[in-house]
Amino acid sequence: MSTISDPPSGSFQLSMLINDTRYRSYTFQFIALILLILAFAYLGYNLLANLQAAGLNISYQFLGEPAGYDINQTLIPYTSQSSHWQASLVGVLNTLLVAFLGCLMATVIGVIVGVLRLSDNWLIRQLMSVYVEIFRNVPVLIWILIIMAVFIAVLPQPRDFRGDDPEATMFLNAFAFTGRGFYAPAPIFGPGSVAVIAVFLASIAGIFAFRNYAKKALYERGQLIPTFWPSLAIFFLPAITAYFIFGRPITLEYPELRGFNFQGGIFMRNSLIALWFALSIYTAAFIAENVRAGILAVSKGQTEAAASLGLRPGRIMNLVVLPQALRVIIPPLISQYLNLTKNSSLAIAVGYMDLTGTLGGITLNQTGRAIEAIFLLMLFYLAISLAISAIMNVYNNAVKLKER
Amino acid sequence: MKKLAILGAMTVAGLSAGVVSAATLDDVKARGKLNCGVTTGLVGFAAPNANGEWEGFDVGVCRAVAAAVLGDPTAVEFVPTTGKTRFTALASGEIDMLARNTTWTFSRDVDLGFEFVGINYYDGQGFMVPKELGVSSAKELDGATVCIQTGTTTELNLADYFRKNNISYEPVPIETNAEAQPLYLEGACDVYTTDASGLAATRAAFENPGDHVVLPEIISKEPLGPLVRHGDNEWGDVVRWTLNALIAAEEYGVTSANVADMASAAGDSPEINRLLGTEGTLGAMLGLEPDWAVKAISAGGNYGELFEKNIGENTPIGLARGLNAQWTEGGLLYSPPFR
Amino acid sequence: MSDTHAQSVAFVRDTMLPEQPPPATEAGVIKWMRENLFKGWFNSLLTLLSLYFIYKIVTGAYPWFANGIWTTSSLAECREMLDGMTGACFSVLTERWNQLLFGFQYPSDAYWRPTLAFVLLLVALYPVLYPKAPRQMLTFTAVFPFIAYWLIWGGTLLTPLVILAGFVAGYFAFKQFERQSFSMGMLAGLIATLVVIWAGQILPAALPNFIALEAVESRNLGGFMLNMILGTVCVSLSLPFGILLALGRQSSMPIIKWICVIFIEFIRGVPLITLLFVANVVLAYFFPPGSNIDLVLRVIIMITAFASAYIAEVIRGGLAALPRGQYEAADSLGLDYAQAMRLIILPQALKISIPGIVNVAVGLFKDTTLVAIISMFDLVGMIRGPILASTEWNGVYWELWGFAVFVFFIVCFSISKYSQWLERQLATDHR
Repeated sequence: MSTISDPPSGSFQLSMLINDTRYRSYTFQFIALILLILAFAYLGYNLLANLQAAGLNISYQFLGEPAGYDINQTLIPYTSQSSHWQASLVGVLNTLLVAFLGCLMATVIGVIVGVLRLSDNWLIRQLMSVYVEIFRNVPVLIWILIIMAVFIAVLPQPRDFRGDDPEATMFLNAFAFTGRGFYAPAPIFGPGSVAVIAVFLASIAGIFAFRNYAKKALYERGQLIPTFWPSLAIFFLPAITAYFIFGRPITLEYPELRGFNFQGGIFMRNSLIALWFALSIYTAAFIAENVRAGILAVSKGQTEAAASLGLRPGRIMNLVVLPQALRVIIPPLISQYLNLTKNSSLAIAVGYMDLTGTLGGITLNQTGRAIEAIFLLMLFYLAISLAISAIMNVYNNAVKLKER
Repeated sequence: MKKLAILGAMTVAGLSAGVVSAATLDDVKARGKLNCGVTTGLVGFAAPNANGEWEGFDVGVCRAVAAAVLGDPTAVEFVPTTGKTRFTALASGEIDMLARNTTWTFSRDVDLGFEFVGINYYDGQGFMVPKELGVSSAKELDGATVCIQTGTTTELNLADYFRKNNISYEPVPIETNAEAQPLYLEGACDVYTTDASGLAATRAAFENPGDHVVLPEIISKEPLGPLVRHGDNEWGDVVRWTLNALIAAEEYGVTSANVADMASAAGDSPEINRLLGTEGTLGAMLGLEPDWAVKAISAGGNYGELFEKNIGENTPIGLARGLNAQWTEGGLLYSPPFR
Repeated sequence: MSDTHAQSVAFVRDTMLPEQPPPATEAGVIKWMRENLFKGWFNSLLTLLSLYFIYKIVTGAYPWFANGIWTTSSLAECREMLDGMTGACFSVLTERWNQLLFGFQYPSDAYWRPTLAFVLLLVALYPVLYPKAPRQMLTFTAVFPFIAYWLIWGGTLLTPLVILAGFVAGYFAFKQFERQSFSMGMLAGLIATLVVIWAGQILPAALPNFIALEAVESRNLGGFMLNMILGTVCVSLSLPFGILLALGRQSSMPIIKWICVIFIEFIRGVPLITLLFVANVVLAYFFPPGSNIDLVLRVIIMITAFASAYIAEVIRGGLAALPRGQYEAADSLGLDYAQAMRLIILPQALKISIPGIVNVAVGLFKDTTLVAIISMFDLVGMIRGPILASTEWNGVYWELWGFAVFVFFIVCFSISKYSQWLERQLATDHR
């Protein structure tokens, strides 16, 4: 029986490094590691040699120096005397702003289109699939530039509002849609406005309380209390009453044509809108497909069961199908959010000052610190992606537990 | 193990092969072509014409250097660069020299490690506005929307100027001159600001140049000149003295028409003789042929000829010599002596 | 029989009536419309709204198309011809057609070369895309990259020939050593390829005019041709890299696994535009001093790295979807890792991954427009830069952007339709 040979022991040969499965994986990993180290050494060596030849060094001191340039949309205080670091922070906030707005609008459009793609209405179905196919199959950069072209070429410029017989007029004397962006009235909070806002917040809390009460009444006593109109009333009435009681403390500041531009009011710049709309409609096309797939993944029996309970189609969708579909929809939805955030770096094509525009654009150009600036830029996006992936993993695990 | 040793040896060989001396002159000669960085397109300074050949004032400098070094003004590979890529392209060796209306500033010279070899155009930053706005001074621009090219010194000058005069403005950053044009023409910005020469060139490309005015204020000094990498002094000398030769040639009255004549034999002016290589060994000192300057001048003419042909008063761009006249005529052009 | 009933009822039908058509509201077009367009007030409202929307678009766009002018040489001329009517100036497309397709620096007498390369690309793709095509045509597909390189970049035919010879040598060396072990075969193949290419590079240097076409610099490529080149090259290159990365990520060897994980997650975490910035302004610092790798090549390297990471994730999904039994079956047959992967695992995993791979490919092709931002003149770059800024065509937005939308839509839509078709072809319903 000892014909089955023992594993050769003791006599280690060099060829075993390749041919013996016990050692082979070590050999491979060793080689891979060496190659990796060599590759990094080679690149690093080249970098050093190039930097030395050009008389450069790697240094992040430029972040503390005054930036020297102005930014047209700043969510935090910034002047041209602020540091490059402050300019980068302005960029980060602008990135997050457009990403947030974009995700919000993309979700709304995407869910509506996704549901309508499964509608009973043949015409709507066709229109929605045309929408999805057109926006999915054309680069988002082209959409950004097209929407920007609408601003440049179609909408009237402030100069068209001027004169006795202007080519363009303001909408309701309060809104101006110009090629440079949209102007809307801005609220001015006078004394006493705090009280109005407090009343308003309290009424929102009241709506939630009322809805909870209605739910409880339904579950415990089987009593169906209408919620829509009362909620609406709670939302508006107290706040409006308070507004008049406190002597109309909140007034509106209307945009007004003064000098070269409209002054006053809220201004939304054309680059922000172009980027926001383009990212939203583009991403919405993908989200619509995810939503549709999610709804289709809910088995037909669920719909039929709900229908046999006598639920109306709207309620079937809201109470039975969507909650189950969400589990399928949310993971791809989050990766679409991630894509949208990454695509927001195309801001540079329309001159929106996001992080790519400040740190990776003007700061890089002015200081010439290409390696440092791009390294920081990548680090920022990487951090956002990893954070979102982490959230997604947590969510996936949470969903998994419920699922058996 | 043997394999590893071989791999290691290969890597070491690769590493040592990487260490080359930074002799750009030898590289250019060996390659037979000069890689010259220019703008992506600014009529009059550097822009491809209908046949795809590059033309312009900066292009003329590139061609002169190629002629001086290689004897052939067409042996140039033009590399279009943007405000963002120009310095990396030069630092990484993708181009041998940069002739792209680049302003000579302290930090670019010292901190970025470049060497400006001279000034081929004395410029300043100006503003262009549509005539119908009725603006006559930059001080009236309060609240205006201003288009600027990013990555240029104009961006910083603009911020300084408006802060100093305490007027507000809306900057609209733009990457290239080409993208700025439609924005300005359609009225998405009220003002376009860049170097005065660039404004003139841009205005010349408009359908109705007369509808736009360049405001009188010049808010900065913008000495534009070609630059090379720091540390390669031989190559820096070649470019510097080629530029000086063009300037000196105009001063001495050497033109592309008469240069062949004058170089055929030594004349009575020792300065011209030394410049054209009929006397002395200036060419050899640079590591070039004795008639290097002759070739550089015959490539596109002397400084004055280049100026008149590309951006002068008889071209659509229509720039006056102004500061860019010879020192003998009240300008700032002053070539050190060829001696 | 009949008279029994005659007393009780007045009339008895004793023949069968012919079948009646269903009521008008329950048949044909009307039924279809009732069910599909006007079911309930809400649906009817939606239908009417959509009809109004379509009507607006058609009436708005029709005169624009119908009055389109195709023959003028500038916008001013075109506006004059239109004389105030609504109409498109499609003449920008005809006049700048070559620039839109090939960029503004490609030599105009050589336009036939990329055109021919494009036609050959279709021929080469045919056996890859259509499973029933004769297998011999794959030989042409293998040779195609070399022909295309020669056609587009020009220079002597010897350059691609030497590289081709290198690959052929590598293949034979691989076959020779494959018996010994797969990794030995790979190594031998690699060495043979490198040796032949290294030794052969004197040939093109010695005979630069041997069957030579006019050489074209990479930076002179442009227009839609550049999008096509970047798209095809990067997708084809990223497939093998993506497979390797996916296998590496599934590997049981921790070091290799972590290298792959870090690479993939890093690339997927940053936007492509930052990678293009790297190609544009940083990558040059990492090459040996004095070496001059042109921008197109640097961009190809970065886009390929980008696409590889995404394709690796798709293939990893395919690998994970295979039942454990497939791996165990391969082991029990005594196949080693390379054989098991090549013969059993990868063919199945790749088949599952096809829709995902096609999605990545479409996304990548769309992303090639991003090179416009780093001042390369692809289709978008051409429109944004030289054409819109030219004196003649300043302000022609809709015709140009409409053209760009049209071209990308056609290409991307047909690719995704193809992938759906292929999925149905390959469906064997047992995985």
